[in-house]
Amino acid sequence: MTKIDIVNKISEQAGLQKPEAELAVETIISLVKETLGSGDSVILRRFGSFQVRQKKERVGRNPKTGEEANITARKVVRFKAGKYFKAAVNT
Amino acid sequence: MTKSDMAEKLAAKLNITKQQAEGIINIFTNSIIESLAKGDKVEIRGFGSFRVRHRSAKEGRNPKTGEKVFVPPKKVPFFKTGKEFRLIVDGKEVAADGSDDKE
Repeated sequence: MTKIDIVNKISEQAGLQKPEAELAVETIISLVKETLGSGDSVILRRFGSFQVRQKKERVGRNPKTGEEANITARKVVRFKAGKYFKAAVNT
Repeated sequence: MTKSDMAEKLAAKLNITKQQAEGIINIFTNSIIESLAKGDKVEIRGFGSFRVRHRSAKEGRNPKTGEKVFVPPKKVPFFKTGKEFRLIVDGKEVAADGSDDKE
């Protein structure tokens, strides 16, 4: 499934024209990105939450060559699936 | 940001009611859940991809009692952050072309 499929679903189920449904999807995605970009979390009940995690610098290894390399400190996105979502993939 | 906060912003952008916006957010999240429940994956360019990861059965231990317990295999939803999103969060510049955003 890609973005177009989600746009189609919103168009059908919410009765929106395609361009409007597409704007809705783009807006939802942008809001999640902007919120996490400012360091805040997005919490959508049942679905899950997106949070920013601070990772410390560490020594990693290139899995191909086995060479050691420094992995710099960074911020990463963590998605934690909600109970309902977790249950849905296990049935 | 909660669903309610998101619905307010989406409503303002689309000039619809907050209730309609909440309905749209629900369709968005439900379509991802349904897709993964079917074993399918969802890929959204610039954002990321959702897929199911399989965890095999293992022998675990009850951390309180130290007793051995069997942990059955299970499937878990997994989100892989897309390149553009990853760079936004890490405070780095986004490449203008976004060409290597394969997720």
